[in-house]
Amino acid sequence: MDTFKKLKKFYWPHRKYFFISLFFLFFVTGITVVYPIILQLTIDEVVAKERYSFIPYIAIGFLVLMFIKGISTYLHQYLGDLFGITTVFHVRNSLYKKLQILSFKYYDNAKTGDIMSRLTADVEGFRFFLSAGFAELIRIALLILMSLSVMFYYSIPLALVTMAAMPFLAIVVFKFDKRVHPAFRGIRKSFGRLNTRVQENISGMQTVKSLSREDFEIGRFSGSNDNYRQNYLKTSNIWAKYFPLMEFIGNFCAVALLAFGGYLVISSQMQPGELVAFFSLVWYIMGPLMNLGFVINQFSQAKASGERLLEILEGKEDIVEKENAINKPIKGHVTFDDVTLTYVEDDDEALKNISFDAPPGKVVGLIGATGSGKTSITQLITRFYEPEQGQVLVDGHPVSDYQIKALRKHIGFVLQESFLFSTTIRENIAYGNPNVTEEQIVDAAKRAQAHDFIMDMPNGYDTLLGERGMGLSGGQKQRIAIARAICINPSILVLDDATSAVDMETEFKIQQALKEVMKGRTSFIIAHRISSLKHADEILVLEEGKIVERGTHDELVENNGPYQRIYDIQYQDRDAIMNPSAV
Amino acid sequence: MSETTNENKKDRHLKRFHYTIDQAIEKPFNWQQIWRLLTYLKPYAKTYLLGAIIAMIVSTAVRLAVPIIIGKVAFDVAIENKDVGLLTYLVIAIGLLYLLSYVGNIYRIKWVNLLGQNVIYDLRQHLFTHVQRLSHRFFDNRSAGSILVRIMNDTNSLQELFTNGIINLLMDIATLLGIIVILFTLSPKLALAVMVILPLMFYISTKLRRKIRRSWQNVRIQQSRMNSHLNESIQGIRITQSFSQEKENTEFFNGVNTDNFQSWRTASSKSAMFRPFVEMSNAIGTVVLISYGAHLIILGPSDGGIKLGTFVSFAFFLGMFWDPISRLGQVYNQLLMAMASSERIFEYLDEQPNVSEKDNAIEFEEMKGHIAFDKVQFSYDSERIALHEISLEIKAGETIALVGHTGSGKSTIANLISRFYDPTSGTVKVDGHDLKDVKLSSLRNHISVVLQDTFIFSGTIMENIRFGRPDASDEEVIEAAKVVGANDFIERLADGYSTEVEERGNILSAGERQLLSFARALLANPSIIILDEATASIDTETEVKIQNALRRLLKGRTAIIIAHRLSTIRESDNIFVLEQGKILENGDHDELMEQKGEYYELVKSQFQMLDAM
Repeated sequence: MDTFKKLKKFYWPHRKYFFISLFFLFFVTGITVVYPIILQLTIDEVVAKERYSFIPYIAIGFLVLMFIKGISTYLHQYLGDLFGITTVFHVRNSLYKKLQILSFKYYDNAKTGDIMSRLTADVEGFRFFLSAGFAELIRIALLILMSLSVMFYYSIPLALVTMAAMPFLAIVVFKFDKRVHPAFRGIRKSFGRLNTRVQENISGMQTVKSLSREDFEIGRFSGSNDNYRQNYLKTSNIWAKYFPLMEFIGNFCAVALLAFGGYLVISSQMQPGELVAFFSLVWYIMGPLMNLGFVINQFSQAKASGERLLEILEGKEDIVEKENAINKPIKGHVTFDDVTLTYVEDDDEALKNISFDAPPGKVVGLIGATGSGKTSITQLITRFYEPEQGQVLVDGHPVSDYQIKALRKHIGFVLQESFLFSTTIRENIAYGNPNVTEEQIVDAAKRAQAHDFIMDMPNGYDTLLGERGMGLSGGQKQRIAIARAICINPSILVLDDATSAVDMETEFKIQQALKEVMKGRTSFIIAHRISSLKHADEILVLEEGKIVERGTHDELVENNGPYQRIYDIQYQDRDAIMNPSAV
Repeated sequence: MSETTNENKKDRHLKRFHYTIDQAIEKPFNWQQIWRLLTYLKPYAKTYLLGAIIAMIVSTAVRLAVPIIIGKVAFDVAIENKDVGLLTYLVIAIGLLYLLSYVGNIYRIKWVNLLGQNVIYDLRQHLFTHVQRLSHRFFDNRSAGSILVRIMNDTNSLQELFTNGIINLLMDIATLLGIIVILFTLSPKLALAVMVILPLMFYISTKLRRKIRRSWQNVRIQQSRMNSHLNESIQGIRITQSFSQEKENTEFFNGVNTDNFQSWRTASSKSAMFRPFVEMSNAIGTVVLISYGAHLIILGPSDGGIKLGTFVSFAFFLGMFWDPISRLGQVYNQLLMAMASSERIFEYLDEQPNVSEKDNAIEFEEMKGHIAFDKVQFSYDSERIALHEISLEIKAGETIALVGHTGSGKSTIANLISRFYDPTSGTVKVDGHDLKDVKLSSLRNHISVVLQDTFIFSGTIMENIRFGRPDASDEEVIEAAKVVGANDFIERLADGYSTEVEERGNILSAGERQLLSFARALLANPSIIILDEATASIDTETEVKIQNALRRLLKGRTAIIIAHRLSTIRESDNIFVLEQGKILENGDHDELMEQKGEYYELVKSQFQMLDAM
């Protein structure tokens, strides 16, 4: 119940839909129970007593009632739906907003698939319960109560006979529900496995074909395919066992009614019409009872879904703006003062006592093995994480004093894996700054060496990217990502391995272009190739989170340290390569 | 004018993403396709299908018999004549009938599901196996997602049709006809009277339902759009935060969410009409029954009227009318959706592999690895020629490097050696055999292709390496890993060789993935290795390891390397410099440097970078 209380702010404002819907539910249920009564009256009062004159009244009365019921049913269902979808509309907006704010730390430990299933299946589960589940519980209770009352009114012994069957039915329903839900989960899991199997096979098709492992793959697929079939059959066997049984109990009840009721009618203790009415009423009780398990399950699932949604909605926001955060243009003076960073508590430090100073316009090169902390440094500048110790300053102020947007809109990031969105090339370049002009976009693309290949495409800047869009090579994607970063005209530029996926010639071109771009901006270049950061004003060589060497290329190359070793590996054969005859 | 541009700019982010969802959800009815689908039932025609039909007939018969017994016999004879004995018999008879129907239902559900699941299993197996056999050309033109949808979702959408759809169709037609026949037998006049509701019911179950269905389809489209965006926004969250576009995206999402909400509301307002309409039509039926039925009862059987029992039977049957009509409408929907799905499935099944095997194809017992291209011409599509009459020879055991820009034809040459494609003209020979005469599996078993981005299957490291040769022992796997120098990092992982990895996981770095793929290739022990060198980001230390591993991997094998690294190129026995599908020059490093041709320029430009900066 706590879950529903916490989510109250989403559904309570729309409660009027729910209550009006409930109001009409009373009419619907009431009139449903009236139907057998009319049948009874027709048989016993009109037909048996041969009173024709009543027929038109009954017919008209019945039609009017059914018309009211029709309208009530409509309003009950529509308003119930509206209650659910309106609530969920607001839940979705809040979830989305929250997901935009949650920090990198949250996403480090989250899987896209898991978040997606919360946003889809759990939101839907919650909606369904609000729209139909809760009202259904009330409907079942009302229907059973009203039907029983009418039954007792007609004939107490016969009502008792009907009631005697209820516990049996309840037990079967209970057992069925207990077994069928895990089985359904089994189907879903098994389907998920099969899905993963096929997805992997297709994504890895090149590898499969290269090693001609098609038969092996078919064998593995058969296994998963069969597993899905078996899981499904297991579930359908549960259905086969219980469902006919439920129906049988209901039918058995009807037979008992016929026997006992027939006897009562014969011995004139009951009228035939009342017996006929009983046959309808008995299903008003049995039907909802069969559904009860399903509805109760909905309830517990909605609760679980609600909890999973709350986990996102209440997710901890690590990066919080201060109340009087500053918002002023950034010149790009970056200072690290004894900064230590730990991603996960009790884990090894990702950065240890890092200090450096980069005044506006300075180019800093970062080199080191994978996992040495190069990327971590740049992510502290944008405040994607917060240091455990020490200070990260921009223009003399700690980054935590800035408004987040004010800080980040001055920092242009080109990440290692260039993620592009499903939209046109133009919108991708303009992503960081929706207010740019067409000229600025083209200019950014030109500077990133992207303009030419973009113009070679049939739709130029209007070419759609993404799953159904144009496929781009790694190098092309990277150049668009660079254009995107240039387009916001940043004071600080971060190039995280930005040119690794392009061939040498393109890299050369981009490097030259970047040289131009970096003028007047503080730049951080992460690279493995010496050629990419040779011209940096200061190069920091990192090992396991520590700066082990620093200086300019010329200094480091003769320092007998790790930098020189890397240089030697990359360039030792230079003379041998260029002048083969000389060796 | 300038005002409007400003306005546009302000709202630009509200239209910033494009998601196209264009999958047709239903197709017109097509007998041929239905027939083809039904052939999948054949293996089960005499077992599950027959059983399910018999079980179905039993329960339908019982359902139809009971109202007659209650109405015509129990009410009209037993109760009217106060015959307690007959009533007892009837009760026992109905009880037995219900028992029969109970057993019938159990088997109906069982068999129907066995039928459906087996058919879907077969269909999916057929489709998957077929897709495995298709050539590269097939996969070139399709995204992984679209193939996945056909194998998984399209087959699944046929599930309901094969499980309940067909049996229900038969059952409902039988029930409907049964009821009509019975009603007309009991009382033609009353039957005719209550039939007025039939057209109304058919209208609801077809026309109204179609409107409702359309509106739900619209909901589904809006939802896919919303989900596409959600998925993308989660994956791109780091970019979004880097460019601080959180607010703009939230506004965009609000639009998508609103569209979704509106489509739901429309659909809901339409589908809420369904039940009232059904009930109204039932009510009209009941009113007809009451008014005209009562009239007939009062007339009495002797004057063309009916007895009370007939009236009761009518009341029962009238209540049973709706279900079969409603389900028939549903089955019809299922059929339309099945048309769309099966059309897509059959489209794949009708796709033939471009590269086909001859019946009398020969098998390589052993492959030395001598490769010869004789005037090979190739084009991926009719417009662009990828290779122009290439002739080249690679001796067994030689390492050659293919050098050139993107699109120069390097990968094409590699792909032709594995026979992923056939040349448009000319021949490719391995050990003197035209590849068209050789069994595909025997050719590819002797060739390992190491791709630029190695695919990691979810499973343990051990399983991933073993993918190269499924019957390799653990020791052989570890041995292979040791040879390429992957053993070190694997043993450093938490669970060593049992560490679970996956494609999108970040346990392995780019360099480690490379080493893993080397081990995989080595395990397959091929005569020919084709290697597309990675340009990915690898730190220098790992790079050195990879170079060493590469030397060991290539030893004693014919190697074709699509080379990016100078060191690899330099060590090759023969270098082919390609441009626009032609070989510009070839020779070893020293020869080419002497020539001062294209190759010399290429090498020079690499060092220029260092100097130019």
